[in-house]
Amino acid sequence: MSERGIQWFRFTAPANFYDLAGRLIPWFAALTIALFAVGLYLGLVVAPSDYQQGDSYRIIYIHVPTAWMGMFLYVLMAAYAAIGLIWRIKMADVMAKAIAPTGALFTFLALWTGALWGRPTWGVYWVWDARLTSMLILLFLYLGYMALHAAIDDRQRASNASAVLAMVGVVNVPIIYFSVQWWNTLHQGASITVTEAPTMATIMFVTLLIMVLAAWMYSVAVVLARARVELLERERNARWVQERLEGGTK
Amino acid sequence: MFHPLLALLRRDLTLALRRPQDALTVVGFFVVVVALFPLGIGPDPEFLRSLAPGVLWVAALLAVMLSLERLFSDDFRDGTLEQLLLVPEPMGLLVLTKIVAHWLITGLPLVLVSPLLAIQLNLRPDEIAILMLALLIGTPILSLIGAIGAALTLGLRGGGVLIALLILPLYAPPLILGAGAVDAVMHGSSAQAHLSLLGAMMVFALFATPWATAAAVRIMLD
Repeated sequence: MSERGIQWFRFTAPANFYDLAGRLIPWFAALTIALFAVGLYLGLVVAPSDYQQGDSYRIIYIHVPTAWMGMFLYVLMAAYAAIGLIWRIKMADVMAKAIAPTGALFTFLALWTGALWGRPTWGVYWVWDARLTSMLILLFLYLGYMALHAAIDDRQRASNASAVLAMVGVVNVPIIYFSVQWWNTLHQGASITVTEAPTMATIMFVTLLIMVLAAWMYSVAVVLARARVELLERERNARWVQERLEGGTK
Repeated sequence: MFHPLLALLRRDLTLALRRPQDALTVVGFFVVVVALFPLGIGPDPEFLRSLAPGVLWVAALLAVMLSLERLFSDDFRDGTLEQLLLVPEPMGLLVLTKIVAHWLITGLPLVLVSPLLAIQLNLRPDEIAILMLALLIGTPILSLIGAIGAALTLGLRGGGVLIALLILPLYAPPLILGAGAVDAVMHGSSAQAHLSLLGAMMVFALFATPWATAAAVRIMLD
C-alpha cells in the first residue's frame, strides 16, 4: 500500500471496521430510503402499464432486484468465506456470516413476489420450472449455511466449516443463472444483457436500475449493521469493545 | 503409494462385512420407502409407472443420505480419523478411498436391488436397464457429495438431520438427470444426453469433492 492511498487493510482490524461501519451505515440507510422512494414512485405511478400483462408486471420492480441480490449475495458470501478460510482474516468471516440472512431474505422475497406475479400471468402461484426450483434450492443453501453456522459452538470452526459449505454451494449459482438457457421452460429469458440494448421501455429500465441500486444500498447498510453486532459479540472481551461501549453509543 | 490406500479400502470393507446389518438397513430402507408410495398414491399401474423414475431416485438418495453419518463417525469416535491425518498419503486420496468403500457397501446394493422395485412399479426391461445404468453413475455422485456433509457435521449434536439440510439441495442435479434419463427412455427418446451429463458430473465430483471433504475433516478435527 502506498503512503498516500487509503490503507484498506486498516479496516480488517475489528476496531477500525467497527468505527468505519458506524459512520457509513447512516449514509447507506439514507440512500436506501431515497432510492426506494424514487424507484417505487417511478415504478408504481410514472411507468406505463404493460400492453400484455397490465399492471401486474410492476411486481418485477421488486422481483428482479431481489432475485439478483439473492444470487449475487450468495457469491459474495462465498467469496468472503473463502477469503476468511484461506487468509485467516476474521473480518471476512464476520462479513460472510452477516450476509447470509440478508441473502436468504432476498431469495425468499424473490420467490414470494414471483409467486404473486405468476398467479395473474401464468394462472398458478407456483410451477416447477427450472429457475424457480433453482431459486428454491438457493434458499435451502442459505438455510443450510446458517444452520451449520449455528450448530457449531466454536466460532472459528463454525466459520471455517460453513465457508467450505458456501464454496461448495457456489457451484449451484451458475446452474441457476444458465438454467434458463439449459432447460426449455416457462420462465421468460433474460430481458437485460450487458451486450445488447434492453428489450424494455427506457423508463422501465431506469426504474429497475434504481430499484436494484436501492436493494444494494439496503444490503450494504443491513450487512454492515449485522457485522458490527457480530463483532461486538465475538470481541466482547477486547479492550476496544469496552472502551466504545462505556464511552457512549458510537 | 497405493498400498496404504488398498489397506484402508480392505479395512473399511472388512469392518462393513463384519457388521452387515448396517448396509442391509440401508437397502431395507430403500425397499420400504418405495413400497410405501403405491400405498399413498393408489395402485393404478400406469400412474405408478409414470412416477417410478422419480420415486426410485428420491428413495435412493434418501437411503444414501441416511447412511452418510456412518461414513466418518465411527472413525471419528475411536480416533482412527486423527491417525489418518498423520498418514503421509494426501488426505484427499484417503478420503476418496473411504468414499469408494462407502459406495461399495451402500450405493452398489441399491443399484442391484433397484430392478426388483422397478418391476413392481411396472417399468419395462429397457427402462430398467437405463435406470440401473443411471443409478450406477449417479450413486457415486451421491456418496461423493454426501461425504462433504458427513465431514462438516462430525461430532455435532443432531448431525444426521443437519446433513439432510446441507446435502439434499446439492443432490438436485443428479436427481434431475438420473430420473430424467429414465423418463427420456419412457417417452421414446434417447437417454444419452442425461447419462453423458451425469457422467460428466461424476467425473467432476470425483475430482473435486475429496479435497473439499478432506478440508472439512481437517477443520472439524482442528
